[in-house]
Amino acid sequence: MSKNKESLIKQLTQKPWEPAQAKVDNLHEGKTFNLHVGKIGLRYIMVVSTIMFCLFIVTYGDRMVYDDWVRMPEPFLLWINTLLLVISSFVFIRIQLASKKNNFEKARRELFFIGFLAVLFLIGQLLVWQDLVQAGYYVSGSPANGYFYVFTTLHGFHLLGGLVYWMMTINKVWKLENIIIRKAKHTIELCAIYWHFLLAVWIVLFGLMLFS
Amino acid sequence: MAADSYDDVAKNKDSIPELEVAPQDLYHAKSFWTKYIFCQDAKVIGIQYALVAASIGMVGLVSSWLMRMQIAFPGVIPMDPAAYYQLVTMHGMIMVVYLLTALFLGGFGNYLIPLMVGARDMVFPYVNMISFWVFFLAVVILAASYFVPGGPTGAGWTLYPPQAITSGTPGGDGLGIVLMLVSLAVFVIGFTMGGLNYVITILQARTRGMTLMRLPLTVWGIFTATVLALFAFPALFVAGIMMTLDNMLGTSFFMPAIVEFGERLSYDGGSPILFQHLFWFFGHPEVYIVALPAFGIVSDLISVHARKNIFGYRMMVWAIVIIGGLSFVVWAHHMYVAGMNPWFGFFFATTTLIIAIPTAIKVYNWVLTLWRGNIKLTIPMLFSIAFIITFVNGGLTGLFLGNVAVDVPLSDTYFVVAHFHMVMGIAPVLVILGSIYHWFPLITGRFLNEKLGRIHFWVTFIGSYSIYFPMHYLGFMGVTRRYFEVFEGDNFTYSITGINQFITVAALITGAVQFVFFYNIIVSSKFGKKAGKNPWKACSLEWQTADVPPTHGNFGKELPVVYRWAYDYSVPGADQDYITQDTPPSAVANARAEQT
Repeated sequence: MSKNKESLIKQLTQKPWEPAQAKVDNLHEGKTFNLHVGKIGLRYIMVVSTIMFCLFIVTYGDRMVYDDWVRMPEPFLLWINTLLLVISSFVFIRIQLASKKNNFEKARRELFFIGFLAVLFLIGQLLVWQDLVQAGYYVSGSPANGYFYVFTTLHGFHLLGGLVYWMMTINKVWKLENIIIRKAKHTIELCAIYWHFLLAVWIVLFGLMLFS
Repeated sequence: MAADSYDDVAKNKDSIPELEVAPQDLYHAKSFWTKYIFCQDAKVIGIQYALVAASIGMVGLVSSWLMRMQIAFPGVIPMDPAAYYQLVTMHGMIMVVYLLTALFLGGFGNYLIPLMVGARDMVFPYVNMISFWVFFLAVVILAASYFVPGGPTGAGWTLYPPQAITSGTPGGDGLGIVLMLVSLAVFVIGFTMGGLNYVITILQARTRGMTLMRLPLTVWGIFTATVLALFAFPALFVAGIMMTLDNMLGTSFFMPAIVEFGERLSYDGGSPILFQHLFWFFGHPEVYIVALPAFGIVSDLISVHARKNIFGYRMMVWAIVIIGGLSFVVWAHHMYVAGMNPWFGFFFATTTLIIAIPTAIKVYNWVLTLWRGNIKLTIPMLFSIAFIITFVNGGLTGLFLGNVAVDVPLSDTYFVVAHFHMVMGIAPVLVILGSIYHWFPLITGRFLNEKLGRIHFWVTFIGSYSIYFPMHYLGFMGVTRRYFEVFEGDNFTYSITGINQFITVAALITGAVQFVFFYNIIVSSKFGKKAGKNPWKACSLEWQTADVPPTHGNFGKELPVVYRWAYDYSVPGADQDYITQDTPPSAVANARAEQT
């Protein structure tokens, strides 16, 4: 069976009407990449999100050059929240290692810890909002304020979406006896990749707000 | 060479090894609700998309009638300027986003992709179902804007700030603009879910033997358009969110310091031009999100009904991909009059004209496919030929408008209206209509009524030209678009009033004949002539299903295995004038496909 190791460019330059090519094509198993659909789906979502955040960043760069731009303070709590995301990523690496060794008891326990950290992060972000509003940094005060609230909201929604998938992952790992272990490992892997992605996005956004 | 012949392939390769991947687990609906309402079958979802898109499209059509009545016969239908601008806005947005995009990608994409690539369903059927319902929600939110105080937004479909969210604009200080922006954001979310399915199903769930270069061009068109949407829709989403915040929470992302009715508003320092960049970074690829599926579909229709393989298949694929790529570097040609650096104008004019190259390749290849083909003047073929002519017309006026020096005097005239309606309104709609006549026998098992179909075609075709050809002249005369009233006077002569009346009558007739088409669909789905299996004698997989119409799971017990591309028509040595994609070489041992 053709394992389809040809590059995309090579696939696009084939001449399907030629008999010699037909011999090769008849054995093709119908996949473009040797990847699970879930992994490609996750990449798709990450690409769309990345484009969205990149566009926001472009507008941020455009808007910040005007005179009315007033820099926001960075409450210390934001550093703590960032640390929570970093810890989450580390914990996910541990979970992946545990699931690779079929230690699902440990994976299950630490997955709950991930949920706890995520909820803590969201509460932390809300507390930052509360502090800033009390200090008079309203959303309409300066464009920098507006971007801060937009970035944190959108990132928060992404994390909420991640929590939905996290619940599905917990469900799969919980009912492990009913499903194939490979599926559980796969779900954990996808969840971990998404969490690392959210950390990367946050670091970019936080860095942008910090250094601009 | 003997080793390269199909005989050789037949001897050695008919028996394909077992698939190493487990077949897809299908969800089987058990109740009416899960079978027809919250259904996960892509075919049902495709029909749901089409029905909802067509329903809201009717609102867009009637809006255009009312607008035309106001322009040609002011006072016949009581209307104030605010209502006129609301009609213009809703017509534009509905037709571009909620009708054409949803119909091509949600409708045709869902129905055809799994069937054409040889899959049982989309890879994520549940997400696919959610995608439709999110789209439905977006349409409901949009429609709700008709019923809120102040009515829908009248900002024009481009929704430019600051006027879109200021009180002088209809719906600008009420819920109208908010509902429009929220609806668009919801649409983007729904589309992202659908697009996830289209892209991954095409990439990863094709049947055995279906290489990328054996895919029908319909699939290539939908695939590339979906990828474009993946990159372009976030821009609309971002712009929508930022403008909603400007409107609701008083931020100044796009809103500059502004005085409204003598009162200084709280906005300060925002950039309306930034919105225009974001909007057109979405808006121009959007043209190709609509056009590329049409390009793909029409290629297949021409090939089937001319009984000839598509000329230059690889070039057609590459042209689709290249057009898609280039569509992201031309957006500012919509903004020549916004006040840009002349070098930017030069850059965007150049990229715009470069797009003409792959586009022309496609047109030549369609014509060369027809050349010496065994052309059957079926209704799908008539619509396809009409598309080619219309697209060339619209494309040529695009060359005018792509040049800064020509665009500036023509900007905001009816020449622009004529251009974009020909190229991304009428041309894709002709493909949609042709493809409905083509695939209706697959969807229902029956033909549409031939006589009504021909009436529908000729009235639509001649009617469209009656509407849009004179508009070019109006544009050259300097008649401005978006005006509530066009007065006779020093600048506008009697002939312009007469032309406007002629256009309006043509629009009313052309619109009315679409209801004949709907009547034909309803009646023929029940009483039409039975089509049987593969009535057009087509090669692609969607016609090779075990049942017609195809049932849940699409193909019978076994998925088809593909042995050739989708264009083996009139192959020398073959018994019939077509060889389906799943015909093994041994069954057509004498065919010499390499000689076609």
